[in-house]
Amino acid sequence: MALRDRQGRPLVAVTGMGVVTSLGQGKDATWAALTAGRSGIHRINRFPTEGLRTTIAGTIDFIDVEPFCAPMLSERLAVLAAEEAVGQSGLASGDFPGALFIAVPPVEMEWPQREALAKASEQDGEVTYKDLLRAAATGRFKPWHDLFIFGTVADRVADRFGTKGSPISLSTACSSGATAIQLGVEAIRRGETDAALCIGTDGSVNPESLIRFSLLSALSTQNENPEGASKPFSKNRDGFVMGEGGAALVLENAETAMARGATILGFVLGCGEKGDNFHRTRSSPDGSPAIAAIRQALDDAGVTPDEVDTINAHGTSTPENDKMEAMSCTAVFGERMASLPISSNKSMIGHTLTAAGAVEAVMSLLTIATGRIPPTINYQVPDPAIPLDVVPNVARDANVTYVLSNSFGFGGQNTCLVFGAEPK
Amino acid sequence: MRDVVITGIGIVSCAGEGLDAHLAALSGAPPTDNETFAPHPVHPAKALEWDRQIPKKSDQRQMEAWQRLGCYAAGLALDSAGAKEDADLKGRMQLIVSAGGGERDYAVDGQILTGLRTAQDPGVFLNERLMGDLRPTLFLAQLSNLLAGNISIVHGVTGGSRTFMGEESSGVDAIRIARERIASGQDEIFLVGGAYNAERPDVLLIYEMGGFLWKKPYQPVWSRPADGGGMILGSAACFLVLESREHAAARGAKPLAALAGVVSDRSRRKPGSVEQALHGFSARLQAKPDLVISGATGVKGITEEEQATLKDMAPGAPVHATGDVIGHAMEAQAAAGVALAAGLIAQEKASDALVTSVGHWRGEGALRLIKA
Repeated sequence: MALRDRQGRPLVAVTGMGVVTSLGQGKDATWAALTAGRSGIHRINRFPTEGLRTTIAGTIDFIDVEPFCAPMLSERLAVLAAEEAVGQSGLASGDFPGALFIAVPPVEMEWPQREALAKASEQDGEVTYKDLLRAAATGRFKPWHDLFIFGTVADRVADRFGTKGSPISLSTACSSGATAIQLGVEAIRRGETDAALCIGTDGSVNPESLIRFSLLSALSTQNENPEGASKPFSKNRDGFVMGEGGAALVLENAETAMARGATILGFVLGCGEKGDNFHRTRSSPDGSPAIAAIRQALDDAGVTPDEVDTINAHGTSTPENDKMEAMSCTAVFGERMASLPISSNKSMIGHTLTAAGAVEAVMSLLTIATGRIPPTINYQVPDPAIPLDVVPNVARDANVTYVLSNSFGFGGQNTCLVFGAEPK
Repeated sequence: MRDVVITGIGIVSCAGEGLDAHLAALSGAPPTDNETFAPHPVHPAKALEWDRQIPKKSDQRQMEAWQRLGCYAAGLALDSAGAKEDADLKGRMQLIVSAGGGERDYAVDGQILTGLRTAQDPGVFLNERLMGDLRPTLFLAQLSNLLAGNISIVHGVTGGSRTFMGEESSGVDAIRIARERIASGQDEIFLVGGAYNAERPDVLLIYEMGGFLWKKPYQPVWSRPADGGGMILGSAACFLVLESREHAAARGAKPLAALAGVVSDRSRRKPGSVEQALHGFSARLQAKPDLVISGATGVKGITEEEQATLKDMAPGAPVHATGDVIGHAMEAQAAAGVALAAGLIAQEKASDALVTSVGHWRGEGALRLIKA
């Protein structure tokens, strides 16, 4: 087997994968639930939901951290996923021989901390930031500086796994997880490193983050039946459902991976990205940036549209995304799109935001490994405007060699990845 | 590996607008606002005519200060690189932004904290107030990647955009990875940089909790450690246009300087670790600096250590602290240091410059610039 791709670059192999979602901890648990068509979406009981338009999410409730806040939970999810991935790869778990690229949610201090500062200020009139600053000056809250700055999750994960060099914390909104993988692929292709630990993590379902998305009318409000709320590509879709998750991939130069006798789980064959300058939250109506990102990923992989066996959709269940994604895929795959399976994992695990691209990368590789495409559940009312084979409601067995995984995000982010069972 | 050159610089801060204003500000003290956030001084951004780089009022309204500063500086960089009017070039220009997060509604936060104290059901009260009082579009001014998004929208830079987070380190790593992608032939041209708004109580709060802020009248960075040490945050933004030498030549762009190398790492901070990191970087970069632009924070311990190390590494070379020109602009600090070094090299006042970044809490980096 040639260990370089057609452009002469080192092939990038996946040698370890780990995941944690609301469906369970570990890729076996998540995959079993996902292929059984089970939803991880439920009523939120982490905080009161009175007064909210959306009261459901795919929160991860079986993991506790102290103090409970987005950076702590995101760090924990990242570590759990990476432990599984690095463990599978057989590389040293505390001395990882390469770089860390981690997609983390933008963090900031949360309400419990603001309240604690307000209380400590002993202000009994109108509270202002002057009071919080006065409380901060006591030095009693020093650990919260570290907890709520942007580089800390990456730093702690780097410590835990002994990754090399300056860890990269990144955000490309809802395509962040895919970007983390792309950065790892690029670093290996440049010959800068032989291994990369690529992680996407998001444990940020809290009142304010949910309300922010709600105020943008991005979330489903179909709270009565939580499992049924995320309905990608359906006519009655009405928004996404927030989810939490962590996923990690160990990427290696295929040559060094084979030399050390590692089991190769698949290959990251291509990456594509294209910015969109149409609008802060909406995509270009003609889909041209998403189309360009898909084509670039296929070109980069040396895979033709006809060779793609299935698409792991971004499929958020928002009216706009699913329409744009269907249109963009149709532009690239033509008439074949009517029969090319395109499935959205988000129908079951919700939109894990920063983590989504990495979670879906793991699911794409498991699709290749097992020959089973997870379904898009809750597909009861097809949208005649976007006739697609969404693998409705029930998993399907298929020979899958190449998978395209799409990730799109606010701010004009479009990132697409191509995974393969074998190199081109 | 291909040479990487700097062909455009856009910078705004308390020193004003543009590279010349910043080079002129290398001597003298930066403007300081001691009142607004007393006892914390900040170096406020000079008032800018936003229309000059962000023509649409609707775009200006959709952004908060950090994004406007960044968008403005990005526009200046594109102008300076002769790229602003070239839609095709901007359509394939790659973007890496180093950023933190956006701003809050301070009045709303204060009202909610006041109300929470007596609310019968604090959770429900919080939900109701946030649902009722948060401006929906404020979210778009908060998301870290929306500075990049705004640069795409306002300036049409749409090759692909990535946002790095993580305080000072993210600024160095953004430039490092852009440089590596050009040097290796993966890409041809980048817009890279960051923006920071220091005039925000919530960012002051984070660093005050950690005990990192200087709370006396302005003193130069190097003299602060003797008096307890601390940073003065500065509102600033800086973007650089980086491209391969061949690409610049083909489009007739004149390089200001070449970016010979960028290195970064993280160490367990203890006495001697900053010295060790800087010596290691210097060796890896084969640095022979006749100019040093330091990103020193003024924080006690690491600042004196860096100062002593620089004297040892670059005896006789002038050492300027970016913090004494623009304040400490966190994610934007490394790009600003590169801008100052490139400017002095272009003026032939230096030929081999070392730009350092020793983060206030973690992360070290160094960048080497030489004559183009």
